[in-house]
Amino acid sequence: MAQLQRKHTKVVRNLLLSSVLMFGFGFALVPLYDVFCDITGLNGKVTRTGPAEPMLVDRSRTVSLQLTAVNNEAMPWLFEPMTAEMNIHPGMTGQTAFIARNPTGKTMIAQAVPSVAPAEAAAYVQKINCFCFERQSLEAGQQQEMPLLFVIDPDLPDHISKITLSYTLFDITPQLQASHYAEQPQTGRFML
Amino acid sequence: MGTLEQTVETEVHHGPARGITRWLYTTNHKDIGSMYLWFSLLMFLLGGCMALTIRAELFQPGLQLMEPNFFNQMTTMHGLIMVFGAVMPAFVGLANWMVPMMIGAPDMALPRMNNWSFWILPFAFCMMVATLFMEGGAPNFGWTFYAPLSTTYAPPSVTFFIFAVHMMGISSIMGAINIIATILNLRAPGMTMMKLPLFVWTWLITAFLLIAVMPVLAGVVTMMLMDIHFGTSFFNAAGGGDPVLFQHVFWFFGHPEVYIMILPAFGIVSQIIPTFARKKLFGYASMVYATASIAFLAFIVWAHHMFTVGMPLAGELFFMYATMLIAVPTGVKVFNWVATMFRGSMTFETPMLFALAFVVLFTIGGFSGLMLAIAPADFQYHDTYFVVAHFHYVLVPGAIFSIVAAVYYWLPKWTGNMYNETMGRWHFWLSFIGVNVTFFPMHFVGLAGMPRRIPDYALQFADFNAVASVGAFMFGLSQLLLVYNVVQCIRVKRPATAEVWEGAEGLEWTVPSPAPYHTFAQPPLVK
Ligand SMILES: [Cu+2]
Repeated sequence: MAQLQRKHTKVVRNLLLSSVLMFGFGFALVPLYDVFCDITGLNGKVTRTGPAEPMLVDRSRTVSLQLTAVNNEAMPWLFEPMTAEMNIHPGMTGQTAFIARNPTGKTMIAQAVPSVAPAEAAAYVQKINCFCFERQSLEAGQQQEMPLLFVIDPDLPDHISKITLSYTLFDITPQLQASHYAEQPQTGRFML
Repeated sequence: MGTLEQTVETEVHHGPARGITRWLYTTNHKDIGSMYLWFSLLMFLLGGCMALTIRAELFQPGLQLMEPNFFNQMTTMHGLIMVFGAVMPAFVGLANWMVPMMIGAPDMALPRMNNWSFWILPFAFCMMVATLFMEGGAPNFGWTFYAPLSTTYAPPSVTFFIFAVHMMGISSIMGAINIIATILNLRAPGMTMMKLPLFVWTWLITAFLLIAVMPVLAGVVTMMLMDIHFGTSFFNAAGGGDPVLFQHVFWFFGHPEVYIMILPAFGIVSQIIPTFARKKLFGYASMVYATASIAFLAFIVWAHHMFTVGMPLAGELFFMYATMLIAVPTGVKVFNWVATMFRGSMTFETPMLFALAFVVLFTIGGFSGLMLAIAPADFQYHDTYFVVAHFHYVLVPGAIFSIVAAVYYWLPKWTGNMYNETMGRWHFWLSFIGVNVTFFPMHFVGLAGMPRRIPDYALQFADFNAVASVGAFMFGLSQLLLVYNVVQCIRVKRPATAEVWEGAEGLEWTVPSPAPYHTFAQPPLVK
């Protein structure tokens, strides 16, 4: 009897422990997923940021870089690239900007989230400076030019001749006003 | 020690307590099994009513009966109730009733926890169903509750949904722990692992799947809860999160979940077919290994649900081939069932009819699954009625038919009476025709491009949808025959023998019918 009880206790202990571990594993999937995307360069995320080492400019090749700007859901800002498409030699530092204007009557804070297509090219785009590194705050009616400084690695595989760099602009004003509850009009739900 | 044995001894001889407290406080595996089965029947009928509401709206194009938002609530609640309220508790109920009797154990290993794991369920589902009457309505984002539909755009009742999922997750985990402890520790002397009946084997493997993935489901709803109420950004791109992450975590749970709903069904069919073919099961060991390999593969195929999210080619190919690999062990099973029947002395009582329909119709569902596994083709099938047809073929004539077969098969053992065979056959044929009339046309409208979870559709889909709705009502109403038959089987005295079926083998057929309140207080000797 007591021996059987010990066997039961052992099974229950091990299985409960496994459940707790699997609960943790569910959360561990969040960083694992990011690590996996970082290593493989999937998901179109640019991981090379900061000052670039001098590269050999490959004048024999021209890559066309398309720039697109998207507003997330109810984001009311005017948001567009200064040039929709630019041609650039790999290794050469490119410079452009996006224009944003806050047409509302109050100060708002935004965050731009970038994405590169094809995802394979993401590993070869280096952003020296980008407005997406920081939150952007605009006062009522204010307009601003937001700079982007980048370089495309000459190691870019030959079959890629066109890269799309897309930015989605999110309104993060409500999340930052954490001191009080802000009601979301569409859902009627209260958010912190 | 002496006193403990004495209490066990006296407990063996008394019957069930009287009144409601028998059910509230019971630790008897048969009582708890019955409660699970009744609960699951109730949920099956409730989820079925929701399905009929959906089919009534889809009988004709245009909006007839309900607002689109209510339609979405119906599809969501139908899926959640059928998966977590009908199919899973039914299998747990069958395990409670049959596993101790099949392995010669006096009861489940942890009887008190068993009582807990059942009694959590009614509360979880009361909370879930109550959301229908809340402001903003019930969850309307589909049973897969993809973020941000289920976070940023969810109705306020989503919080109740999250806690309901937590509760039934806890219930499932406790049930699984109990089943594993019972099978590992309480087998009668001589009952080695490779002598276990297949229903016990499939349930053992299912229980391990439950332990592995129910906590992940709990994790993903916890992340939703935190995103909604505590300002985190797991699935919110504005805060650095990613909605696609939700799909990865969800389907890491979701694909093993579909095997949780089908492996016990494989076990049931592997019990029934040998009985009515009067032959031993062909390829017992290969059945065990096939089940284990299906369970293993379940963990590396999840992204076949997300071929269209923008995965890289390498990912598409990996998940495509891994998914197709599952057809191999599944094929082994189907061949074994057919080989068991080959040259057997078959008779076609109701349980056998349902088991045979299972083999045929589940295989059809498996084939449409193979079609969906082809990544380039999936881009056309994705989120169409073809997917709906596929998973209903594996869940209705798959999981549900196996549960119905199990009920007819073991009902005489539970009640001590034979059920009405004529009515059973009527139930079978009406269900069989109804299921095919309902779901077969969905393949065609799906291939032609009809999207799922939409209350209205283009005119060219009208005829097939009308046919499907007629079939759905036929299938739904014919289930009342099952309810009537079960009630009559309890009430009308038509005593069954201990063996019940001529070709039945296994320990459960060595005890009298109805099975006494306590069985195998003295463990039987298995040769
Ligand atoms: Cu799957």
